[in-house]
Amino acid sequence: MPIVPLSRIADARSGDKGEGSNVGVMARSEAAYVFLKGALAPEVVRRHMAAINRGGVKRYEADALRVLNFLLADSLGGGGSASQRTDAQGKTHGLALLRLELNVPQSVLDATPE
Amino acid sequence: MPRKDKVLVANGQGFWGDSLLGPIRLCREGPLDYLTLDYLAEVTMSILQKQRLRDPSKGFATDFVKMIERTAPDLVAKGIKVVANAGGVNPLACKDATLAVLRKHGFKGIKVAVVEGDDIYGDLDALLAGGETLANMESGASLASVRARVSSANVYLGAFPTAEALDAGAQIVITGRGTDPGLVLGPLIHEFGWKRDQYDLLAAGTIAGHIVECGAQCTGGNYTDWRAVPDMAMIGYPIIEASADGSFVVTKHDGTGGMVTQRSILHQLVYEMGDPRNYIGPDCGADFTSIHMEEVGPNRVRVNGAKGTAPTPTYKVSISYENGWKALGQLTISGPDALAKAKLCSEIVWRRLAYDGCTFSDEEKTVEFVGANTCHAGIDVPHASEPAEVVLRLGVKGHDKAKIDRFGYELVPLVTSGPPGVTGFAGGRPHATEIIGFWPALLAKSKVSTKVSVFES
Repeated sequence: MPIVPLSRIADARSGDKGEGSNVGVMARSEAAYVFLKGALAPEVVRRHMAAINRGGVKRYEADALRVLNFLLADSLGGGGSASQRTDAQGKTHGLALLRLELNVPQSVLDATPE
Repeated sequence: MPRKDKVLVANGQGFWGDSLLGPIRLCREGPLDYLTLDYLAEVTMSILQKQRLRDPSKGFATDFVKMIERTAPDLVAKGIKVVANAGGVNPLACKDATLAVLRKHGFKGIKVAVVEGDDIYGDLDALLAGGETLANMESGASLASVRARVSSANVYLGAFPTAEALDAGAQIVITGRGTDPGLVLGPLIHEFGWKRDQYDLLAAGTIAGHIVECGAQCTGGNYTDWRAVPDMAMIGYPIIEASADGSFVVTKHDGTGGMVTQRSILHQLVYEMGDPRNYIGPDCGADFTSIHMEEVGPNRVRVNGAKGTAPTPTYKVSISYENGWKALGQLTISGPDALAKAKLCSEIVWRRLAYDGCTFSDEEKTVEFVGANTCHAGIDVPHASEPAEVVLRLGVKGHDKAKIDRFGYELVPLVTSGPPGVTGFAGGRPHATEIIGFWPALLAKSKVSTKVSVFES
């Protein structure tokens, strides 16, 4: 199976939520969504973002929207004005997750626009 | 009976600090019924509360008054109504300043309404004495533990008071803290006569409000495939073309940049999202997964099918409190060996401070090498190990203000007593500034009363 970054088959946007952030992953095809529901477990996201997020990762599934929504519990270095990080609001966390390299079946790639 | 078939509601300001061109161009470049403007973030409420404590005529979004001054000729000529949470913690003072600027330019008879009731800062002790705990929704701790340090407390009001203000004939509605989607929902309740128990309709208006609440973030701003976004410089701000049955079209004015597609809207739908099936607002719950989107024309996406549920018996309360001190400074370190030299600079600062008895835990320190993969720390990216130059950002936080200020003395000296190529100290010595903590809580709706007043220029 080809190894590609998540960005090949999905979009993402992130923002702050309290002391953490959310990353909404938007699959660009039904095939990509079905694949990601299996491949993009919360633990996979937690490991990929471990240097950014010190807390756990919770996942919500929105089948009708082909969206997986991840809540990173402690990813801002303190919430609100306590964060001194450059990315104090988690604006770049979506792009960070899109860098994740995955083994994606060719059939999913074929069914998903670049 | 609805007043019209279609109502055009735009958001021209996603946050305090958004481009001035959003509202100006929305008034100028096409038809519009309502202009909504969002000025408030949690940290803003605390800053405004402090301004009001120092000067009773302050504590609101002064930029709003300048915006009214700039757009008033268009607002009056086209009959555009404005709904803004610019009142901050002093909506009456915001109203006075707005009326003054309207009168100054000869705009007489403009009705300006004020929504009050969100600000419970002055009621906290009575509420606590009456048995409310205002417990922290995350930690469960009682507010009493930080009561002495609280700097603002505001309820997120719903959209019905705004609708009431519009029912009373207001052209400009100034509120304090409400939910961002409520800025859009209020005009729709007013125009279509939606009732408090019509949860699907209220959810539709809430979702419409959520889609436009961050301005251009649904028209191609902050979009993954950014190369595909046309004319980002002249990006159009979003407009909801709403119908009484709860369906709406998301669009923007013809000729503006950016784009409205299902994909651009989905980007905003997931922004700051929690449980997609259960968005909790003051007027209803909303199921974001219930909607159906369809592209019905260029830059026109129809949304329908929204499902809602009854609201909870509580309001969310945003409480801010003083939670220590912080200082942050930065230097730029050029190559060769930029990253290695930046790391040495960081070590030097902490060692010099330690020599003087000033130490910080890892939790209290911020150390960033901007340019060497700060944002995506821990993720393998190209060119991170040998950047041409690095911005070293060092910060500290804690409860001892003197210690935080002491830190500030040891950053700039690196220019003459560190490795070569250290520059960019234009900000000068970092000083301690206050950390504002947030305390999310719930309060029974029965404890809050709202008031709508209408004035005239």
